[in-house]
Amino acid sequence: MTTIRPTAAPGAQEQPLTDRPESPRQRFVRRFRRERPAVVALVVVVLIALAALLAPLLATHDPDTQVLSDRLQAPNGEHWFGTDDLGRDVYSRLLYAGRISLLAAVQATAIGIALGVPLGLAAGYLRGWVDVVLSRIADAVMSIPALLLALAIVGILEPDLTSAMIAIGVVYAPQFFRLTRASTLAVREETFIEAARSVGGTSRAIITGHVLPNALSPLVVQISLAMGFAILFEASISFLGLGVQPPDSSWGSMLGRSTRFFEQSPHLVLIPGLAILVTVLAFNVIGDGVRDSLGREIRRPTQ
Amino acid sequence: MIRLVARRLLALVPLVFLVTLVVWGLVLVIPGDQALAIAGDSATPEQVEAIREDLGLDDPVPVRYGRWLAAAVQGDLGTSLYTSYSVTDALADRLPVTLSLVFVSFALAVVVGTAIGMLAANQKGRLTDRILTVTTSVGLAVPNFWLGLLLVTFFALKLEWFPSGGYVPFTEDPAGWLRSITLPAVTLATAVAAELARQMRASMSDVLERDFIRTHRAKGLRPATIVRRYALKNAAMPVITVAGLQIARLFGLATIVEIIFNLNGVGALAVDAVFDRDIPVIQGCVLLITVIVLLVNLVVDVSYGLVNPKVRVQ
Repeated sequence: MTTIRPTAAPGAQEQPLTDRPESPRQRFVRRFRRERPAVVALVVVVLIALAALLAPLLATHDPDTQVLSDRLQAPNGEHWFGTDDLGRDVYSRLLYAGRISLLAAVQATAIGIALGVPLGLAAGYLRGWVDVVLSRIADAVMSIPALLLALAIVGILEPDLTSAMIAIGVVYAPQFFRLTRASTLAVREETFIEAARSVGGTSRAIITGHVLPNALSPLVVQISLAMGFAILFEASISFLGLGVQPPDSSWGSMLGRSTRFFEQSPHLVLIPGLAILVTVLAFNVIGDGVRDSLGREIRRPTQ
Repeated sequence: MIRLVARRLLALVPLVFLVTLVVWGLVLVIPGDQALAIAGDSATPEQVEAIREDLGLDDPVPVRYGRWLAAAVQGDLGTSLYTSYSVTDALADRLPVTLSLVFVSFALAVVVGTAIGMLAANQKGRLTDRILTVTTSVGLAVPNFWLGLLLVTFFALKLEWFPSGGYVPFTEDPAGWLRSITLPAVTLATAVAAELARQMRASMSDVLERDFIRTHRAKGLRPATIVRRYALKNAAMPVITVAGLQIARLFGLATIVEIIFNLNGVGALAVDAVFDRDIPVIQGCVLLITVIVLLVNLVVDVSYGLVNPKVRVQ
């Protein structure tokens, strides 16, 4: 997810046909709509989110009701995705587990933003020793392998979903920090910042009013990638049994408890895995699409 | 060259120091009484007190950190809280497994990733490119523990080409070692190969559009020769940078792959320690792996200089 792009994709010539110059947002929307895979991915994410949100309406069975006589059924008319080792309906469980997987990813990403963005703004705007100290800490955290650090944090807090979310957030925070710091450094030398300072704007007002809005665009890309990352990480941690705890379940923990039955009932492993794969893929593709639709004019031309 | 390596090694010292601060500092955020957490709910107050005494938990924080660091520098990472094994010995036992896994995966990812990336760049916009691009996107999104399960079921249980788990030391049986490491390495390499392929495609298609390549083409060189002799060196630079970053990722993801394939490596040790909340073992695993990652990155940095004369001159 740390792709260094040597060049921008060569863009088609684009001239808005109206007389009025379009706003950056209009331009972004127009370009994004042309990124066909990203639009499809966005639709997929919306559908998955809706399915999770409307789980009580869409579920055909209670996700926790165990019918031991119906255990390990293959997908059929009654149980669309079959049943698990306790006779629970996999389709209904998948919907409810999606709620936890998505919510966990949103919360982990929010923690990453809450930690990384303000510190990145501070480091980039204030420079000096604040920047040096924070940057070195970010370097140190980033040099620790992410999953290992997340596991260590989970181990030190307590193995449950909250710890897992905190861990993923902390592990991802340096990415938000670096990105915000870089955009802030680029913006702070602009004339309009100097103007704001010369009319007596306080640091806080300048940061929230001028610096932050200009640093937002790259953050949007990062948020989408972070969501994919968080879903994968939550799944990994819950798969190991260190994340979400029963009776709750996420896609990762559904997978984790069904590995023993893979040979008898492959659907138990295939279905949650595909759910994770499709969701992560969708978030990554959206991230790529947003990146390709943003601020192409400020990049250096290909030729 | 030697001076470059020495300078880079020196630059690592403050970073490693900070990493030790982070790794050790984790202990400070343990909610509640650490001694109580270790002793468990059924312990008597005397037992808790004994543990507190034993670990020196009543000393001020800097003293505790200093003591830990001084021991760690001398290679003593403490004792496991549960098995009373030396953490250093446990790590030494398991390190070869993790290193084999990560390095075989890395080699695999570099070879496969760059090959796919180069092929995609050469076929840019055509069907091959689209198929490869979709494949790499899927490769980046697939949960590796899930992929590992699928590979085990198909290649180990159904076809019985490979063992379903366990590790055979290279020194005992090189062929068995290769068989035992193949499936885990493929599992681990997938995401990284996909990342490198994306990077190589972007970088190579950029280079192929440059003027000097057009000149070579105009004077009648075969496309394969142009790629091999001129384009690859230029395209490799950003790929090497990304490859360096992937080392940390491989070591991280190796934990879960080790669990799935029942390999007794450092990652599996870390996961067990997390279950037991065996803090010294967790710290030892994280610290050792991070130091290895930093050293490997240093090697990558230096090799960058070998490929790129611009860096070498400085």
